[in-house]
Amino acid sequence: MPHTLSIDRIRCDAHGMCAELLPERIELDDWGYPIIRQGPIPDHLLGHARRAVAECPVLALRLQQVAANPSMRRR
Amino acid sequence: MTMPCLLSGPPLDAGGERLHSQLTRLGPLPPPQRRGEVIDELEVAGLLGRGGAGFPVATKWRAVAGRGAGDAVVLVNGAEGEPLSHKDRLLMTSRPHLVIDGALLAADAVGAEEIVFYVGSDHRAAQQALSRALAERGSEITRPLRLVPSPTGYVAGEESAAVHYVNDSVALPVTTPPRPFERGVRGRPTLVQNVESLAAAALVARFGGAWYRSAGREVTKGTSLVTVAGSVPRPGVVEIELGTTVGEVTSAAGGRRGEVSAVLLGGYFGAWAGVDDAWDQPLDPAMLRARQLTFGCGVVSLLPAGACGVETAAWIMEYLASSSAQQCGPCVFGLRAIADATMRVATNRAAEHDLERITRWSGQLAGRGACRHPDGAVAMMRSALGVFADDFAVHQDNRRCLHGSMRSAVA
Repeated sequence: MPHTLSIDRIRCDAHGMCAELLPERIELDDWGYPIIRQGPIPDHLLGHARRAVAECPVLALRLQQVAANPSMRRR
Repeated sequence: MTMPCLLSGPPLDAGGERLHSQLTRLGPLPPPQRRGEVIDELEVAGLLGRGGAGFPVATKWRAVAGRGAGDAVVLVNGAEGEPLSHKDRLLMTSRPHLVIDGALLAADAVGAEEIVFYVGSDHRAAQQALSRALAERGSEITRPLRLVPSPTGYVAGEESAAVHYVNDSVALPVTTPPRPFERGVRGRPTLVQNVESLAAAALVARFGGAWYRSAGREVTKGTSLVTVAGSVPRPGVVEIELGTTVGEVTSAAGGRRGEVSAVLLGGYFGAWAGVDDAWDQPLDPAMLRARQLTFGCGVVSLLPAGACGVETAAWIMEYLASSSAQQCGPCVFGLRAIADATMRVATNRAAEHDLERITRWSGQLAGRGACRHPDGAVAMMRSALGVFADDFAVHQDNRRCLHGSMRSAVA
């Protein structure tokens, strides 16, 4: 099953570690908050993604395995 | 339409319909033990939620029914925080028993042990009508039931915020999952459903899903309440057969008052369309979505040709930025920045690149909040940038308005 990244937007405090550790998938907006590129994380970036999750100072970043079920996205 | 619908019955300004009157007119709900079957009928009906998101009602009820063990909660959402919408309070005020029917029905169908009526604290008449109607129901009320006045504010009606308020008196959205259907009021699976959706369900339970589908001209079937606002002689709420066009619903409110340039569909969370594009557009959630428009909570608001679309969009953005729950960075800073820049452009104080930045920021915020507040705000903004493109360009480049800057009735 593919891995995707998600962010607890209430926790996120714009530390910006994630964009530093995973620039291939995460950029920052004008205020330092992350913009994640949609879609599954390719295998060769999984290690970096795990590190970004572990290094987030407020534990706002999550890596999860999701079933490719489009009906779950609607709500 | 001759079929009984949400607003048929006694005059709407006569106060809440009494129980005996509604019973004479519509008959009783099916008995409690048969109310589980109504979920199938709701599915046949194809009823979509009327709070704004348009999520299928049957799917939502089934999700809660599948999780609870008779301990679910029904949260009746009558917060109605959208500034242009009046349909929920009209329904609660004039047809309180239909809303209560929907709540009792849902409680039996999903297996609920409690019902919470969450009604905007500003909607006094609606609260009074519901309280009086609840007192009339007597022994029919077999489970604990509360009326919780909801705080004023745009996000208070968002479903996770509603649950949060009932639990902790904090009307702010929370990070999901878990969604309310998984863990809501007191940690129980909770059905959060708009009052109009519940009232429609109460009709489907009586007359069936196939009956409900006998109304509706296009893709989505049934009837819906619509609030017509802006440049019309008789702004207010009408019930329409889905698929009725923007032009027809405007006629029901007395027609255009003077020239009209654009229409805001779906409310502050909705989208703008040019009047010529919109006039023959059927008000049908599926067809609107296919055109990147939205039915939302059923608002149709007409912008007079003399009013400036840039200024109107700026006031709406200002309202939405001020309504942010102030919890998520992209919403706190992004909406505020868009609102400030749009106001500068509107008031002919545009800084260099303001329009460019508004456009870029508006493309970055969707999906980046705990709730969908930023999504709705930037959808409105992006549609405004398209429909009022010429006005935005003149405001930005020449720092002037093509319209004499008349404050519009829309915002």
